[in-house]
Amino acid sequence: MKPAPFDYFDPTTVEETLGLLGEFGDEAKLLAGGQSLLPMLNLRLARPSKLVDINGVTALAHLGTDGDDLLIGALTRQRTLEDADLPDGAWSVLPRALHHVGHVHIRNRGTVGGSIAHADPAAELPAASCALGARMVIRGPSGEREVPAEAFFRGYFTTAVGPDELLTAIRVPPWPTRSGAAFVEVARRHGDFAQVGVAAAVAIGDEGEVRRAGIAVAGVATEPVIAVAVVDGLVGQQPAAALVEQLAAEFAAGLTPPADLHGTAEYRRQLVRHLLPRAVDQSVRAALT
Amino acid sequence: MDATRSITVTVNDTRYERTVSVRTSLADFLRHDIGLTGTHVGCEHGVCGACTLLLDGEPVRSCLMLAVQADGHELTTVEGLAGSQDELHPIQQAFWENHGLQCGFCTPGILMTTYDFLRREHAPTACAIREALAGNICRCTGYENIVRAVQAADQGWER
Repeated sequence: MKPAPFDYFDPTTVEETLGLLGEFGDEAKLLAGGQSLLPMLNLRLARPSKLVDINGVTALAHLGTDGDDLLIGALTRQRTLEDADLPDGAWSVLPRALHHVGHVHIRNRGTVGGSIAHADPAAELPAASCALGARMVIRGPSGEREVPAEAFFRGYFTTAVGPDELLTAIRVPPWPTRSGAAFVEVARRHGDFAQVGVAAAVAIGDEGEVRRAGIAVAGVATEPVIAVAVVDGLVGQQPAAALVEQLAAEFAAGLTPPADLHGTAEYRRQLVRHLLPRAVDQSVRAALT
Repeated sequence: MDATRSITVTVNDTRYERTVSVRTSLADFLRHDIGLTGTHVGCEHGVCGACTLLLDGEPVRSCLMLAVQADGHELTTVEGLAGSQDELHPIQQAFWENHGLQCGFCTPGILMTTYDFLRREHAPTACAIREALAGNICRCTGYENIVRAVQAADQGWER
């Protein structure tokens, strides 16, 4: 028996869940796929006194289109999204990112909303959602609100979701038909946390120019970093290698990544200089095929 | 006093009804409450893969699930691979013949991952086998004979 004692609740509706969160506030911790929370409980890094298991809130396990948007229920298993029949365009950054998330055992249980709400700075799905310009759907006692991905992640394991709120879905906007995506990362072993991961989505216009782009980097700050200057420098331009490399180098120079025993800050900047152009190149190639 | 729940799970086609503490992991439940000790507990935080089993047919880490979460579900553990106690599953046979284990601690998890992998893949490359097993850590073999064993199992298992 590893975790510290807790009271266990297994609501079956969003309303019931919000009621429990309203009652217990900071004392409660939501349990979705459990692939991050259970290790923290087992290591007693987290000791919530109330555990609210939302695996029975089946209304949150949905995946489909809503108008032109892709709407992913927060409880959708990562494996379900990975295997979903998504078009090859920008949205494919999601399954491409998921390929790097843990292992198949982890993705069978891990949920899309769980990874995004957990907000590990090295995690793939937060970066992918930032690249796509996704919006996070949050339910609370006063109703539903949507927060754009760039305002959702607020530092180490911190998001815009309040203690009495629940992330219910991820809304991904439509991208032009002629778009492609890539997720490239360097990790010590396949399935480990990224030292640096780059999510990219690129739409190409009639003249071969970059019509729209989204690029976000995991592992270099306390939250995913959206490469705004790179995107601004690319839109309207031909995605020539020299331009992308120059923009990537300038972007990397402005980063202050963490240093740990796996790599120095400069090593991570170097990874960004290499991986970001590779992600853009793969996205452009995917858009053109 | 720990909070408890009554749960019903089906393990290797046998139904079990037990009352468990809500903080008991699924792996500990199998080992201590049901007595199925084939599922091994290594790191207990989802890294080593020794506790891999099939939940409703899909591989999961049983150290990263609470026993209460398995209520109403079907599990297959390494004890459920072979048809009887006196025989080996073709994957187990291939590991036996190819020295795909030394101390054997990681083997149950590797067998369950291999079972799921070979169900989906035919004639996988060595590279694909290594990627499929990347979530299962073995500290003895250096993996060479494990990869050979999986290749042999791919040949020997009619599926």
